[in-house]
Amino acid sequence: MKARQKRMMFIGLGLAGVGVAAWLAIGALRGNIAYFFSPSQVLAKEAPENAVYRLGGLVVKNSLARQADGLTVHFDVTDNAETVKVSYTGILPDLFGEGQGVVTKGRMGPGGVFVAEEVLAKHDESYMPPEVQDTLKTAHAEGIVKMASQDTNPAGNPALGNASPDQPGRVAAGDKP
Amino acid sequence: MIPELGHFALILALGLALIQASVPLAGSYSGNRNWMNMARPLAWGQFIFAGIAFALLLQAFLTDDFSVVYVASNSNTLMPTLYKVSAVWGAHEGSLLLWATFLAAWGAAVATLSRNLPLQVVARVLAVMGMVGIGFLLFMLLTSNPFDRIFPMPLEGRDLNPLLQDFGLAVHPPLLYMGYVGFSVAFAFAIAALLGGKLDASWARWSRPWTTTAWIFLTLGIALGSWWAYYELGWGGWWFWDPVENASFMPWLAGTALMHSLAVTEKRGAFKSWTVLLAITAFSLSLLGTFLVRSGVLTSVHAFATDPARGAFILLFLCLVIGGSLALYAWRAPAVSGGGRFDLLSRESLLLSNNLLLTLLTAFILLGTLAPLIYEAMGWGKISVGFPWFNTMFVAVTPFLALLMGIGPWTRWKQDDVGRLGRALWVPFVVAGLAFLLTVVFMPLLGDGWFLVPIGIGLAVWLLASHVLVVRDRLRHKTSPGAFFSDLAGNGRSFYGMVLAHLGVAMFIVGATMVSNFGQEKDVRMSPGDAQEVAGYRFVFQGVRNERGPNYIAARGHFQVFEGDRQIAELWPEKRNYFASQKPMTEASIDWGFTRDLYVSLGEPLDGGDWALRLYYKPYVRWIWLGAVLMALGGLLAITDRRYRLARKAATLPAGATAIRS
Repeated sequence: MKARQKRMMFIGLGLAGVGVAAWLAIGALRGNIAYFFSPSQVLAKEAPENAVYRLGGLVVKNSLARQADGLTVHFDVTDNAETVKVSYTGILPDLFGEGQGVVTKGRMGPGGVFVAEEVLAKHDESYMPPEVQDTLKTAHAEGIVKMASQDTNPAGNPALGNASPDQPGRVAAGDKP
Repeated sequence: MIPELGHFALILALGLALIQASVPLAGSYSGNRNWMNMARPLAWGQFIFAGIAFALLLQAFLTDDFSVVYVASNSNTLMPTLYKVSAVWGAHEGSLLLWATFLAAWGAAVATLSRNLPLQVVARVLAVMGMVGIGFLLFMLLTSNPFDRIFPMPLEGRDLNPLLQDFGLAVHPPLLYMGYVGFSVAFAFAIAALLGGKLDASWARWSRPWTTTAWIFLTLGIALGSWWAYYELGWGGWWFWDPVENASFMPWLAGTALMHSLAVTEKRGAFKSWTVLLAITAFSLSLLGTFLVRSGVLTSVHAFATDPARGAFILLFLCLVIGGSLALYAWRAPAVSGGGRFDLLSRESLLLSNNLLLTLLTAFILLGTLAPLIYEAMGWGKISVGFPWFNTMFVAVTPFLALLMGIGPWTRWKQDDVGRLGRALWVPFVVAGLAFLLTVVFMPLLGDGWFLVPIGIGLAVWLLASHVLVVRDRLRHKTSPGAFFSDLAGNGRSFYGMVLAHLGVAMFIVGATMVSNFGQEKDVRMSPGDAQEVAGYRFVFQGVRNERGPNYIAARGHFQVFEGDRQIAELWPEKRNYFASQKPMTEASIDWGFTRDLYVSLGEPLDGGDWALRLYYKPYVRWIWLGAVLMALGGLLAITDRRYRLARKAATLPAGATAIRS
């Protein structure tokens, strides 16, 4: 009986220790996670104002601008619907490039410029971070819906929806030969 | 025609694996010796055909056969031969082939080195390995055939990812895979034991050297990967808590726990069902690692472009392996539990604590790695878990592990008393306390790390002192000066292996503590002729010149490093541009040192010959990898122990004698 009690005590202590450790670990985890947001979500004010989060999308072509100190760069990140300007001080990863997917981590700075502390490098050029891929898909789908609603809404936009014969100039501009 | 032969060889290997998984197993139940005897030749056959497939793919690379898609996407005529060889496992399909070949090789090794095992056990172990083989061969043939052709055939290949054109990465995957796959042997032994319902000391003795061997490979593979990341990625870091790194670290932790738990099962017959569970866990975590890497579900610097069918296949395979083995465990484990009793203070207890802590750490890392998937599945948003969290968890658990590691080797099996341990351990304790105080006084550090450095150094000294004394204690009755060597030649190898591996941990602790708290990093803009000071070293930039390599053109920088007035090093960092892939690639230049590394990597060219650069000072960073090498050497020493050689000799005795001995 005595050995059994000892063993139970041992197991009990072990379980209690594991429980406390798990509780602490999960508590700490909450303070250490960074959510992912797309430029559209950021502009819709879904992202936190004063916390670190990740912003991802495509780097807009010809948007990369090096600042006077030589180490700070600005570039635009887009999900093909909205665009956010990002500032990063430091050396960009090798496979960073305009027109390619990127994930940055940081917080929103003054003037709507996202200040990145970290720019994620890719391993393979055909690889797209899954978050960025989803973002582009969502934005693309929303874009299609938006266009579709414009097309099928002649009342709201009669000039584009129904080309009336008394406005020949518009039709010509719309339909390229 | 040759690639088709490779494809055919894979199909034959699969056919043999199917027979290997079924016939010997059926024979082990019906007692049909002929069926059981088929296991060994079948394992060899599977290895030969997998080996042929591998050799043919290698041949396709060496002859630049770009009609094979895999070769065309990962090779190039200009590539040096070494990288043509390593390109075989440079991407998904080939690394799977390497994996399957290694699995078959482990099977063949078990078939060859198992003369002392009862035929029934051999048949079951090899059947389980055959099942695992089926999974991987089927995966390859259904979703990722490395021999697929392309038409029209391209004239030139797309080149191997420049990051992988490096010696470290040529060797890292094979070592890592040997480790991953090696745990399949421990797994197969565990499953065979569950099938037979007989888990005893001899089972643990058979499993031990196999487990340790796999662990050695995994240790070296992880260390090499970390070293590669350090010098090749140009970020100067040695561990990023990236999902793929975690995927290799979790099986390592579980495997380390397994090695220790096997020791108890062999010596005392205790922890049997726990040991089996760990063997299942270690291998399942290896498979989970494959799933994470190959399915692309997590954002990682290692993630490759993937195909959802592959992810789904591995997930299914994972569920079959984990679900099946746990179901078998739940069904059979109650029958095999029990074992020697032990006191609260005993070697068993300490090893149990070791296992608890290692499992806890594994669980934490698993939680952090899978948290993004859990959040997404629950619809809580897309998250990533920060680097600091993993560091905190690691630093919270390892000091306890190190503390107990200093006590463990001193304790006796079954029961021990506090007074005896106190008399043995007060010296190392005082020495470690002194080291702690000296560190506080002489290496003051402000900020978060101020208490971490003394703890790290104190624990490393504690481990060193405790293990030096335990060696002295072992040799105390042996007066001749050659006692150590005769002990090493005799029964002492596994003991000295343990000591060496534990000292490797101490060395790792020193390296990790020093580089994390005293390392310095500077991102700067420099013009030719400029000088910058980092940690008392003056880096003078001499400009950049263009140079041509075999399949790239490089901007090559030149630095002189001065300590005081004396020039101590010249560094030549490069920024390469590979012709075929048009990818830029940073090659850092490092001045190696036992107590510090000086590290320069080129960023981007700015106007007027200026460059954006990174300068690093990395104190004791080598100790991290040297520690891992010591651990691996310790493992090597342990598997050459005389006990296992004797076990092999015992095979010549009749089967009845073996049973009595165990």
